[in-house]
Amino acid sequence: MAKEKMMLMGDEAIAQGAIDAGVSGFYAYPGTPSTEIMEYAQHSKDAAALNIHRQWSANEKTAMESALGMSYCGKRALVSMKHVGLNVAADPFVNSGVTGANGGIIVVAADDPSMHSSQNEQDSRILARFALLPIFEPANQQEAYDMAFAGYELSEKYKTPVMLRITTRLAHSRAGVALKERRAQNGAKLPENKRQFVLLPGIARKQYKTLVANQAKFEEESEKSPFNRYIDGTDKSRGIIACGLAYNYLMENYPDGCPHPVLKLCQYPAPKKLVEKLVKETKEILVLEDGQPMVEESLRGLLDRDVRVKGRLTGELPRDGELNPLFVRRALGMADICGEPTPAIVAGRPPAFCVGCGHIDAYNAIKEVVTKGYEDGHVFADIGCYTLAALPPFEVVNSCVDMGASITMAKGAADAGLFPACAVIGDSTFCHSGMTGLLDCVVENANVVIFILDNSATAMTGGQDSHATGRLQEICKGLGVKEEHIRIVNPLKKNHEEMVRVIKEEIEYKGVSVIIPTRECIQTLGKKNKKGGE
Amino acid sequence: MKSDIILAGVGGQGILSIAAVIGQAAISAGLHMKQSEVHGMSQRGGDVQSHLRISDKEVFSDLVPHGAADMILSVEPMEALRYLPWLSKQGWIITNSQPFVNIPNYPDAQAIIAEIEKKPRHIIMNADEMAKAAGNSRGMNMVMAGAASLFIDIPLEKMEGAIEFLFGRKGPEIVKSNIAAFRAGREFAQKKRG
Repeated sequence: MAKEKMMLMGDEAIAQGAIDAGVSGFYAYPGTPSTEIMEYAQHSKDAAALNIHRQWSANEKTAMESALGMSYCGKRALVSMKHVGLNVAADPFVNSGVTGANGGIIVVAADDPSMHSSQNEQDSRILARFALLPIFEPANQQEAYDMAFAGYELSEKYKTPVMLRITTRLAHSRAGVALKERRAQNGAKLPENKRQFVLLPGIARKQYKTLVANQAKFEEESEKSPFNRYIDGTDKSRGIIACGLAYNYLMENYPDGCPHPVLKLCQYPAPKKLVEKLVKETKEILVLEDGQPMVEESLRGLLDRDVRVKGRLTGELPRDGELNPLFVRRALGMADICGEPTPAIVAGRPPAFCVGCGHIDAYNAIKEVVTKGYEDGHVFADIGCYTLAALPPFEVVNSCVDMGASITMAKGAADAGLFPACAVIGDSTFCHSGMTGLLDCVVENANVVIFILDNSATAMTGGQDSHATGRLQEICKGLGVKEEHIRIVNPLKKNHEEMVRVIKEEIEYKGVSVIIPTRECIQTLGKKNKKGGE
Repeated sequence: MKSDIILAGVGGQGILSIAAVIGQAAISAGLHMKQSEVHGMSQRGGDVQSHLRISDKEVFSDLVPHGAADMILSVEPMEALRYLPWLSKQGWIITNSQPFVNIPNYPDAQAIIAEIEKKPRHIIMNADEMAKAAGNSRGMNMVMAGAASLFIDIPLEKMEGAIEFLFGRKGPEIVKSNIAAFRAGREFAQKKRG
């Protein structure tokens, strides 16, 4: 029975698809543009009624491992993360290719080309290829939904995890999606081979051979996948490979249909026979792909002699950044259509702290200390709202690299003799990847001052719950920070002098200090008050 | 029928409620629709935009192509100008006149308005004031949606039905005051367009 269409963002379509395809558990850590997958599952009445697991994990690695554990029991699991989160989860992700799956596993990697909200723009397809896993890359919201079904089928057919790769634009764009009949969740079924998940070298070597042997089968699946389509055209002067979302930008420029043969490529490994057909029938190949030139590079090969392959490497498309209809238009050799340029009077409007944010008061105190009396001080920051103190009016942050790097970079700098070496990290980021770094500091009694800005939320991504809430002091104590050097302050304007004094005291202490400015995120507080008032 | 709209504003101003009303109306009118939005860092007071595409044919790109927008609908005057590269030659700029100043180098507000007035098709309105006059001090976005609705080929009752659909659970008073704000915006645009 056909149901009515739902308006869903790409992220939401994936979550609804997984629910309807019989998933038993969602696992994730918030990260733009992947966050709304878990949020949708958490708000879904269906997911609640079906008793599907849908709580945040401490980080992407623990999420990936939990998904693997659910798969071990024969159930379907979905783990979602942003592209850089996949780096955190890379250890279990790559090894999951060798263990394989029992119940189906879909790993959603949401890439952010153009770095709208990220530190880099890596292409997760390359990491999946590295792990020798099949990849699905939807062109639209409907495919994102359908690929949850196809992904689990493929995953269970070959007992392998699969990647579902999306980019920001699809993640955060809505369109109508037709739902399918819901499939029941798997019953519990433990692995038939008791050694499947035991990656001792002798076992891993054998399983790795299986994974390698499966590559031909994965390719065969891509050849016959309904998501990969060869669409013939009369003008053979050019053939076009359009990967995922890029297919839309192509068709946008040919409202009456593309005159050239097109290979719409949405499932990998790339189907060699279909590519071969396109190459044979056309004079040159244009590759359109969002992210890095993975398909283009593999077509050109190491020696790069094939002048017939065009794309990001040959300047037809920009080498970096997100694709859009205009860039694709230019690559197709069509004249620009563009409105007027933005007038010079328009000023940039970078993101900033919310009015009333506790981080403002914390940074006012930190800035006063490191600009008056401790001018040699450096502030190593981390990933979150508080990175915004790198911009005016604060400009007090010296680094932002990856989750947790504030503490460990401050330690390394202190090791090198920098004084004072300060770290600023949020409560959620601390629980994600800061705790182990703090342990490093404690073991050597490094001379660092660590600020854990506790706003009881994962704020930048929209105020999700933080694992740290109510546990920060205990965690620091448990890791071995001396109780008298764990200082709680309330970041309010009226407490400025007190904060400055506490910071100076802890800088003067030669060892590990943790200062925890504690005040709830103004956004989550506002939402709660609104809810209470209704 | 095709209507490509760039919705513009500042993170936190709530442009997505406009997208929701027009988008919902498009769906109930049986049209194709895609709407992309900005999440993440920019929502913290940065410039944000949403691309809303409505058509009686299949919509491919989630992004409005450059030079193709039928309308820039902005809740803030400077933000209206930011997206001129997307506006088609026949496109309209419909903007709130009230600046949202959260940067130290915000340009002279008069100069911004003068720049918008140079464009042949524009409607500049004090939507904050009009919302208040309509008895809905938080209805600025609905005033803007109402002004935009005049230029979108979707029946008025579908638009108002969308407001009812989206705000219904908040009670009939909220629906009524949002529809009042919506109508105020539409009437103003009607007079301006002539």
